[in-house]
Amino acid sequence: MSVKTPSKLEKILSQGHLAVTSEVGPPRGSDPEEVTEKANLIKDHVDVINVTDNQTSVTRMSSLAACIHIKQMGLEPMLQMVTRDKNRIALQSEILGAASFDIFNLLCLSGDHQSFGDNPKGQNVHDLDSMQLVQTVRLMRDEGKFLGGADIKRPPRMFVGAAANPFADPFEIRVPRLAKKIACGAEYIQTQCIYNLDKFEEWMKLVCDRGLHEKTYILAGITPLKSAGMAKFMKNRVPGMDVPDDVIKRMSDTPKEKQAEEGINICIETIERLKSVEGVKGFHIMAIEWEEKVPGIVERAGLYPRPKID
Amino acid sequence: MIVADKKPVEEIIDYVKDSKKILILGCNECVTVCEAGGKKEVGVLASTLRMYFLNQGKDVRIDENTLERQCDHEYLEEIRDVADEYDAIVSLACGVGVQFMAEKYHSIPIYPGVNTCFLGATEHRGLWTERCQACGNCLLAVTGGICPVSRCAKRILNGPCGGSSKGKCEINKDLDCAWQLIVDRLKALDRLEDYEKVCEIKDWSTDRAGGPRKVVREDVQI
Repeated sequence: MSVKTPSKLEKILSQGHLAVTSEVGPPRGSDPEEVTEKANLIKDHVDVINVTDNQTSVTRMSSLAACIHIKQMGLEPMLQMVTRDKNRIALQSEILGAASFDIFNLLCLSGDHQSFGDNPKGQNVHDLDSMQLVQTVRLMRDEGKFLGGADIKRPPRMFVGAAANPFADPFEIRVPRLAKKIACGAEYIQTQCIYNLDKFEEWMKLVCDRGLHEKTYILAGITPLKSAGMAKFMKNRVPGMDVPDDVIKRMSDTPKEKQAEEGINICIETIERLKSVEGVKGFHIMAIEWEEKVPGIVERAGLYPRPKID
Repeated sequence: MIVADKKPVEEIIDYVKDSKKILILGCNECVTVCEAGGKKEVGVLASTLRMYFLNQGKDVRIDENTLERQCDHEYLEEIRDVADEYDAIVSLACGVGVQFMAEKYHSIPIYPGVNTCFLGATEHRGLWTERCQACGNCLLAVTGGICPVSRCAKRILNGPCGGSSKGKCEINKDLDCAWQLIVDRLKALDRLEDYEKVCEIKDWSTDRAGGPRKVVREDVQI
């Protein structure tokens, strides 16, 4: 695949390296240091830093503002954008705003329902859905057009991605759904956190059987478990999460003071196993409020040092 | 039909507590079917209010009436001769009926006695569920007869989202995932390949977004 944008992620993937991304969740306040401190913890060990967009529908500093702080550190941010909170005017406007700061990576999502967050009485927008947002960014970038048809002066240059959850139902349309996202223009995919490796591998096989792995870069989602309690919470309370019983048992059977370490061990083993799965082009490590563990995970998984890209 | 639910009686009492002559006005259409604002509910509310005012030691006249419809000039005219007698009318019609009453009887306070909820169907007695949000641009032909606008919590036109689990929606385990239903239905119609057709960006100007809507049919106007 030829490179279409100045994105570092696109370059790394197109050169055949396994990419490593991680994420920073913006703070519940306006202190920029909370962003820069988290980014500093992971900057040498990841290629691109995702910045979440009011994740779990809890109001936070805007993803774009946090991306700008990260960009100004000389790092490469990925703007996550959900369709929950903005209509097509605001989405296109935000894309231009991001482009004006030379933010080159955009992840298109629908977003968790607002009932999970701190404003359950609020409206949601969903003027577009995540696939239509992918189409919109591609239109703006490739055709230099707004949805309304007018030309854009200095169109955005963004590497456009989407999410995929191989573990949500119905399973039979999970691969067709990926095909739709690719048809809409998704150039890379970051998956939901993977704990059920058998099911993920089954999904990846179906992806490869259709040749979809040749049409998009798939980054496997990894989240280290901090405790048996977190594993159970993820299984029972987080929508679309598949944590098999043997993972829960392994965490529960570990003494409490060693559970965090065991969670990291599971994470390393997962990366090691998935490295050899056809179609996996990198890893997206979501260490939720545990950013300091990312460097160790990347090193132990043999993904360090990161490739140098001009 | 339009599905409504009864307002808490305390709220209604708060509206009419200083009135002397109150008319409770039901509607014989949708709100009768969903047991929120028909003749029976008019009777129950009227009795409750009478008891309330009796306990307060207040002499308040409360009359009952139920019209065939409150969204039609013809039926609203039936109370033309008596409307002036009341200093409050509590309409148990949907929001359409309440507003049509208010327009027609401009100087009489009209209060809503129900909350108008949605366009839905009777699953069984005592359970009504939403089916339509009147977006003005029906796409049921492409979604196998199941509406993602009204039945998906994120009205996702290319679903399901990553929160669909065992056929249920991420926001509530009692709520069916609309996209699971769509996929099941496409399968039953032997049309599962249609799932991969991308639903294009929707024109929401026929929805609430376009401002108050109107249907004009000159061919049927007299």
